[in-house]
Amino acid sequence: MGNKKLLRWDTGVWVGTAEVCGSRSGIQLRRTCALLSSSSESSPAPPAGVTPSGRCHAPACRAVPMGRWGRAGQGQGQHKTEEFRKVNVLMKVPALKDGSFTLAESIAILLYLVQKFKTPDHWYPADLQKRARVDEYLSWQHTNIQLPQTQLSVLLPLITGQPLPPEKLELATEELNVALKEFEEKFLQDKPFIAGSEVSLADLVALVELMQPVCAGYALFEERPALAAWRSRVEEAVGKELFLEAHQDIMNVKNLTADQFAPELLESFKQHLLKQN
Amino acid sequence: MRGGSGRSVQSRGSSRRAGRVGMGLELYLDLLSQPCRALYIFARSNNIPFEFKHVELFKDSVLGKKPAAASGAEQPRAGPSNSEGAGKVSLLKKVPALKDGDFTLAECTAILLYLSRKYNTPDHWYPSDIQQRARVDEYLSWHHTNIRANAPKTMWIKVLIPLFTGQPLPSEKLQEVMEGLSTSLKQFEERFLQDKAFIIGSEISLADLVAIVELMQPVGVGCDIFEDRPRLREWRRRVEDAVGKELFFQAHEMILNIKELSNIQIDPQLKEQLAPVLMKMLK
Repeated sequence: MGNKKLLRWDTGVWVGTAEVCGSRSGIQLRRTCALLSSSSESSPAPPAGVTPSGRCHAPACRAVPMGRWGRAGQGQGQHKTEEFRKVNVLMKVPALKDGSFTLAESIAILLYLVQKFKTPDHWYPADLQKRARVDEYLSWQHTNIQLPQTQLSVLLPLITGQPLPPEKLELATEELNVALKEFEEKFLQDKPFIAGSEVSLADLVALVELMQPVCAGYALFEERPALAAWRSRVEEAVGKELFLEAHQDIMNVKNLTADQFAPELLESFKQHLLKQN
Repeated sequence: MRGGSGRSVQSRGSSRRAGRVGMGLELYLDLLSQPCRALYIFARSNNIPFEFKHVELFKDSVLGKKPAAASGAEQPRAGPSNSEGAGKVSLLKKVPALKDGDFTLAECTAILLYLSRKYNTPDHWYPSDIQQRARVDEYLSWHHTNIRANAPKTMWIKVLIPLFTGQPLPSEKLQEVMEGLSTSLKQFEERFLQDKAFIIGSEISLADLVAIVELMQPVGVGCDIFEDRPRLREWRRRVEDAVGKELFFQAHEMILNIKELSNIQIDPQLKEQLAPVLMKMLK
């Protein structure tokens, strides 16, 4: 039961995401994959290992419009849940399954996909120093962006049934503000993108993560022109239309109500989130 | 299983700078910090030439003066404190930090990966096989939000905060942290280690290194998490063997003698300034 989605790609790689708030990382992974894939397809020089037709085999999920990413409805839910359980023994999302190989943790999944499908170099540059910049950001963001950002999620009160206490909200906002300052001063500086002149996984992960509080009503780009400019560049790099499409779900998050989630899922996320606070 | 550490560790004097001096790689480290230990062990174990730039986190940024009496433990130094250097190196003002010519880098994982690539360390550290590699990435990612969420707090609760506030913390605080850590350790054993010798299989990798240094933190402050966990204990022994026992203990000397910190005099103003910051650390 529950709104779980299993994405099937042509290559037989399954990525499980759960269309529920608590798995914002699952939703974000899907978004990131979609954005990643769009760029792969438009790459002028197909990377090594492509199919004879010359198209990058990867992200066939790009070719599948969002709407067709099999929403597991009532009745089908049970079966899908069991399959999903096999994929990830800890019932966590996001998860990837490639043959008998299963993988969790969104950063690990992204890196795996990038390497397996040999996406264009700029996503995870071969250049040692540029790659290090991407790694640096991906590491830093775990505790500095992800953590405070999670606490600002509008979905939190929805799941826990309680509004976020104002002092916690204040603390989380303050932490996020500090992180954004560091992001601008240390990671972005006066470069167009984190790794330099081209968009990379770092920018993608950063922006997708920052869209979360934005969609919760925290206008963090408003008084940060440099960040806003960077955001435009990232959207441009992946294609504005796709970017918006990928964020549709989270932009409409306010329309979500608690009854759309399976009760046991809701309960389990509630426990998890309450503990974090 | 041996990692890249077939040779024995050199004597302390000469091992400070194994390679070119003045130019080339600099690592800004304080061995009280877990990520710094991972880097130190990795670089030394792989004979990567670097200049050890000692940053004393607590002396330079936080605490007052250390007593003049030399402690029993010899501490690795490369001359006077280089906190200013580290400050310039890393805008994040943290350790660890790397400086390679004009290139500066922070974040332990990023630095480990950079070093492994630049110096072509043995494959098992970060395998070229993408599935094995993914296992390392998976662990490194999970580590941040799980082990690293609780293990460091043991030091704050048992040593640093009492040092600053002059009072021990209520036992529930430690209890809470140890419970969180316990949950993470259970997951570590069941999901990552299982019944393998190391996280990715039969050979040590960056994942094991990053994990072990973190778990030594509670050990240093008297919370021996290996005590009732035979499987973890065995894994620890294998990791020590793989990097070289002498190197391992050299890297951990400071944290294992952390009680010396309590001899340090702290400026009362500093104490006042830092109390809210320290309490925040517990959240």
